[in-house]
This record gives sequence, C-alpha cells and structure tokens, in this order.
Amino acid sequence: MSESDIATRVRKIVVEHLSVDEEKVTENASFIDDLGADSLDTVELVMAFEEEFGIEIPDDAAETIQTFGDAVKFIKDAV
Amino acid sequence: MFDLTGKAALVTGASGGIGAQIARTLHGAGAAVVLSGTREGPLDDLARDLGDRAWAVPCDLSDADALAALPGRAADAAGSLDILVNNAGITRDGLMLRMSDDDWQAVLDVNLTAVFRLTRASLRGMMKARWGRIVNISSIVGQTGNPGQANYAAAKAGMVAMSKSLASEVASRGITVNNVAPGFIATAMTDKLTDRQRDDLLAGVPAGRMGTPEEIAAAVLYLASSEAGYVTGATLHVNGGMSMV
Repeated sequence: MSESDIATRVRKIVVEHLSVDEEKVTENASFIDDLGADSLDTVELVMAFEEEFGIEIPDDAAETIQTFGDAVKFIKDAV
Repeated sequence: MFDLTGKAALVTGASGGIGAQIARTLHGAGAAVVLSGTREGPLDDLARDLGDRAWAVPCDLSDADALAALPGRAADAAGSLDILVNNAGITRDGLMLRMSDDDWQAVLDVNLTAVFRLTRASLRGMMKARWGRIVNISSIVGQTGNPGQANYAAAKAGMVAMSKSLASEVASRGITVNNVAPGFIATAMTDKLTDRQRDDLLAGVPAGRMGTPEEIAAAVLYLASSEAGYVTGATLHVNGGMSMV
C-alpha cells in the first residue's frame, strides 16, 4: 500500500468522522487543535483506523498520533 | 409517547421474572428485542410468545469471549443494537464472616464485570449511530447495603458508579447510561416467602405492598425512550418508598 493510498483513506475517515473540509486535513493538522476533535473523537479515530487497515494501535502509540501526518506515518509502518 | 419502533434492544437475564417483563414491555412499545440468558428453554418460549421482532440468543455471562460477541450476534438478528438492558444477575448470599472467595468473585464477575464487558462491546455501534440507551438494573441494596449480601450490594453499587463514569464519557454522543434500582418485587423468588417473612419485609415499605415486574419494566421503558434523552447518570428508584434516596 503506497503512502498516498494510506493518506487518502485516512483523510476520508477524518473528514467523515470530524465533519471537516478535506482541504483542512493537512500534514500538520492536529486532530484536537485544528480539526475540533475531543478526546473521545481521537479514540474513535484510532478505532476506525484499526478497522480500516486491520491493524492494532496500542494505547501508548495512539497517544503519539496527534496529527494527520502522524496517523499516516504510523499506519504506513504498521501495515 | 415512549415509542420504540425501529429500535432494537438486548435484554440480559430475559428468562427471569423481571427480565422477561422488561423484554415484553419494550417489545410492546415497538422495539425489536433480543433475549439473552443461560436457560435456552424459557428464552425460546418467550421469543415464540412475543412473535415478530423477538429472538433468543443464549449466552453464558461468565464467558468473556461469548460476551464480547453478543452485541454483534444481537445486531445480526435484530439489524442494530440501540438499547442495552443489563438485567442479568445472581446472588450468593451469606454473612461476610463466612463468605467464601468464590461466592464473592462469582457475584462480582456476573453482576459487575460482565456488565462492563457487554457494555463496552455494545458502545461502538451506538457511538457510530450517535444514539444509544444503556439501562442497568441495580438494586436498592446497592445504596443501603444488606446483611448477607456484601458481594451483591458491592456489585450493584459498583454498577451505579460505573454507569455515572460512562455517562460522562458518552453523553456528547447521544448515548445515555442510567440505572433502575428495584426494591422488593414480586417474583417467583418472593412467592416462596412465608406470610410472616412477607409481613416483616413490607413493614419497611410505605406503599404497603411489593412492586411488580411491570413497574420495573415501565421505568426501563422510560429510560430507553427518546423522551429521556436528557436523563443520564441517574438512578431511578422503584421501591414503594422503602428508601427515599
């Protein structure tokens, strides 16, 4: 799976889940600070990533996923 | 009012007196109901009696894997899982001085840990749907304590505090978490009391009578309804005034 494929799928999840415009979901966009997520949203996003990519994201790793770019990078290494 | 058409409910302990009535009442309000419990025979009978929109899905609550799978099985049968009623419970009564670790653990496992596991497994669908109702059947003894029921009272009190914590976590997602705390309710179990025992018990109940399973089910129906959407983290006491908390 290429990084751009992953980014596309992650972006789709983020846009749907947080109801934000696609162009706002940039590399450095923070889920909480820039995209309006609360703590429960971040848990739901991680669970959605796990489901979409068939991976497991442990809690300590999930804490490091703060931005869209963090998510793509983590998933790229995990799949 | 209190129309549950289009909603699907999972009721645990549905083979018991109160659980069966909860299932009947929710079904009567239009909900699809999934009946769970350990005794297959009574569950099947109830499902057959209710007819459409009712399925029996037996499950052993002490089996963690079976519990984790139960919400999925319920949703497969009923199309979704919108309402969870944690009604199943056991007792292993005895004075604490003589209570075994096994009797303590068995009650905590079924009455608290199983509720935690089943609720956790049910949340995901509710979160996605942005609507959910979790109604836990606690007990007045979770508030007052009761001699001979240290294990049961602890589990029921734990259930209430767990509900309040979860209620805070998921309130923004349209999911409410509440408890119904029955007092003395007329069931097969209380039928076995002698007149003397019954009189002694009722002396502490201002209403002067035992409650009925219908009166518990009505409280559950309210908390499961859309009308109760602003009620969360609450415990609705249904005890004839026996304890006004």
